[in-house]
Amino acid sequence: MASPGVVQRVSDWIDHRLPIITFMQHELHEYPTPKNLNYWWNFGSLAGIILVIMIVTGIVLAMHYTPHTNYAFDSVERIMRDVNYGWLIRYVHMNGASMFFIVVYIHIFRGLYYGSYKSPRELLWMLGVVILLLMMATAFMGYVLPWGQMSFWGATVITSLFSAIPLVGDQITTWLWGGFSVDNPTLNRFFSLHYLMPFVIVGVVVLHVVALHTHGSNNPVGIDTKGPQDSIPFHPYYTVKDFFGLGVFLIFSAGFVFFAPNFFGEPDNYIPANPLQTPPHIVPEWYFLPFYAILRAVPDIWFIDAKLAGVVAMFGSIAILFILPWLDTSKVRSARYRPIYKQLFWIFLADCIVLGWVGANPPEGYFVVIGRIATAYYFLHFLVLLPLVGKLERPRPVPTSISEPVLKGGGVRAQPAAAKPMEKA
Amino acid sequence: MASTHEQTAASPHDEGETRRDFLMLAAGAFGAFAAGAAVWPLVSQMNPAADTLAASTTEVDLSPIQEGQSITIAWRGKPVFIRHRTKAEIEQAQAVNVKDLPDPQTDAARVKRAQWLIVVGVCTHLGCVPQGQKAGEVRGQFGGWFCPCHGSAYDTSGRIRLGPAPKNLEVPAYEFLENSILRIG
Amino acid sequence: MRRVLAAIVAAIGLASAAAPAWAAGETPKPPAQRWSFDGLFGTFDRGSLQRGFQVYKEVCAACHALNQIYYRHLTQIGFTEDQVKQIAAEYEVTDGPNDQGEMFTRPARPSDRARRPFANEPAARAANNGAYPVDLSLVVKARFNGPDYLYALMTGYTDPPANVTLPDGMNYNTYFPGQQIAMAPPLQPDGVTYADGTRATVGQMARDVTMFLSWTSEPEMETRKRMGVKVILFLLVLTGMLYAVKRKVWAAVH
Repeated sequence: MASPGVVQRVSDWIDHRLPIITFMQHELHEYPTPKNLNYWWNFGSLAGIILVIMIVTGIVLAMHYTPHTNYAFDSVERIMRDVNYGWLIRYVHMNGASMFFIVVYIHIFRGLYYGSYKSPRELLWMLGVVILLLMMATAFMGYVLPWGQMSFWGATVITSLFSAIPLVGDQITTWLWGGFSVDNPTLNRFFSLHYLMPFVIVGVVVLHVVALHTHGSNNPVGIDTKGPQDSIPFHPYYTVKDFFGLGVFLIFSAGFVFFAPNFFGEPDNYIPANPLQTPPHIVPEWYFLPFYAILRAVPDIWFIDAKLAGVVAMFGSIAILFILPWLDTSKVRSARYRPIYKQLFWIFLADCIVLGWVGANPPEGYFVVIGRIATAYYFLHFLVLLPLVGKLERPRPVPTSISEPVLKGGGVRAQPAAAKPMEKA
Repeated sequence: MASTHEQTAASPHDEGETRRDFLMLAAGAFGAFAAGAAVWPLVSQMNPAADTLAASTTEVDLSPIQEGQSITIAWRGKPVFIRHRTKAEIEQAQAVNVKDLPDPQTDAARVKRAQWLIVVGVCTHLGCVPQGQKAGEVRGQFGGWFCPCHGSAYDTSGRIRLGPAPKNLEVPAYEFLENSILRIG
Repeated sequence: MRRVLAAIVAAIGLASAAAPAWAAGETPKPPAQRWSFDGLFGTFDRGSLQRGFQVYKEVCAACHALNQIYYRHLTQIGFTEDQVKQIAAEYEVTDGPNDQGEMFTRPARPSDRARRPFANEPAARAANNGAYPVDLSLVVKARFNGPDYLYALMTGYTDPPANVTLPDGMNYNTYFPGQQIAMAPPLQPDGVTYADGTRATVGQMARDVTMFLSWTSEPEMETRKRMGVKVILFLLVLTGMLYAVKRKVWAAVH
């Protein structure tokens, strides 16, 4: 080998003391990735990029925002009108929240379809659910900051959920508010936490990625890589694919930021908060609508009143995701080889969309009935159908290795399912 | 393991390779431009906003200020000293041999009307506000201002005469409007 | 997988369709108007903006504030700095305290906030029979179909139907939620005299003031759309190149 250049010597010197270069080489360059990942696998890295965009634009916005009930609304309008590029930065941040949820929901449903939560990726999945919860809390508190009508009444309704807790509910709500209603102390603490939580998310994302790299990505076939012929290095294959996906995503979000910046928002939030008057229709942001529908769907159950039952059901609808790896009893990961589960997946997706639609409408008339049926089905899917189908379903034959179906244009050759003990029904 | 992949990936080793390199370079250049363009708004937002720039002129009525009196007004968050100089002070300022000054400037170059001296009241050393505006405050041995932080002394034209400050007190842009109104900025 | 895409599109469609814009009550949806600022390349009509400012100044400003607007912003709708100074100087604003510790009034400067007609909300209510004239600076953004709604509201005054008796001081307006509005019909034919000779019909004034208030809601709109076109064109090229690189890189694997 010729004598190494200066750059090489400096990087060797650093790497010998802090093996950061070896680490990057290992995790971002050589990292063996299944060669058959489709575009649904783009959304994980996309979510990571949006998190960075949100943190950067958020830090910038915090330089101009004033967390005080008397100034918050006007300080946001000052950002929109007087701060250099303030409108751009705020609209990126505002629409970024919606984009984040779109991307993360797709990421989650991809995991559901291809069974990415199954052994040995249970903790990976559970860390993902933690990220979702943290995102929801962050998004909710961020929505309060502009101090418009929806900010104020959204904060009032959501914090009042905690008053459903028996015995100590009222004390907890007062504690959350720092007063007797949503007011300046509430706004201040929400701003503080809204700034803090994204960094907590970053921490959990790191754990999520560590867990991912321990066993590597799942893939559309859902079987483990059997050797070098099944995988390719992350760079350049998936870096370039992720960049291309990023380009498509940026075009999609630029459409909203520049041409329909308030598409996901509510007109009422451009009216300053008025604690004496509730807007006629209170609607949460779209990404909360299915959960909002579940909250309102539950009637009185025996001795539990509807308020408490609704709150329990709403939190339960997310908590149930934590035990999903054990509710799904099938050993086959990918829905490609699970004819019944595949149907259930689409029905479940439709159920979530129905819940979102119900959540956007006032709880009157047939919306109440549909909301209740859809809520019941949501839990039925996880608690009854998944355990049963795993036992009863007869999976289609699973290929022996990744390279086989992929090299031959994706055709799956019939093979006895029992050939691989790992994937047997 | 990586070697097997590189072999398979790089096997068509002809003009396809150079085309790929060119594409990569072009895409990289476009991507770098995009990153730069995205960073610019994030940098630019720290510059003064439109409202800050708009508020950067201040108007003062000079008529109540008597000869020998000084007032301090705020302009862009900084103090501006307005001194209605006495005959003696003007003569003192004009009599100085400019060549002996650390920052040579004639008095005439620093005022528009001899009786009105208008300077930014920020010491050119490290930003303290010099004393000498109110009666009874130390004005230093040159009768102008004296900075308490590190002992810089300014004369009746606001010029640095002694101490660590490198420059004369800054003269802001200003103009006299009708009816003894002064506009700074 | 195309089904998933279809489902996502459907979900977004549903969510937007579900927005209960005009669902409640019998308030009709305001008829859609054509606006110069519609579409990807839409801009504000400068003449209409300045006429609309005149309508606001001579009619609306008697009761409605424009809190987010400072006089200096008016340069954006085509007034020169000197014109803005003159406009601002027509108003007296409170400043102070002076050397005696007292507040005083002086002519407004371009850096001042547009003067509000009432000192605070109670004062506004007291002068308006208990009704509060809302701040207009964001009104177009704060209503569903803002521009169409505003235009419909200002031209939507009629006599009440036979079965409706209006309380004292209320007026009947088809497009106001609940149909009972405290604001008397604000626009009268030839209520203002346009400097450019345009005939001041009620419809013309309603259009102009809607144009002006659309600008006060979204002063960044023209810049935003112009930048958006450039950004998206650039991203299309970049993404196309990335796709080509991706194809090349993956050629050996497929």
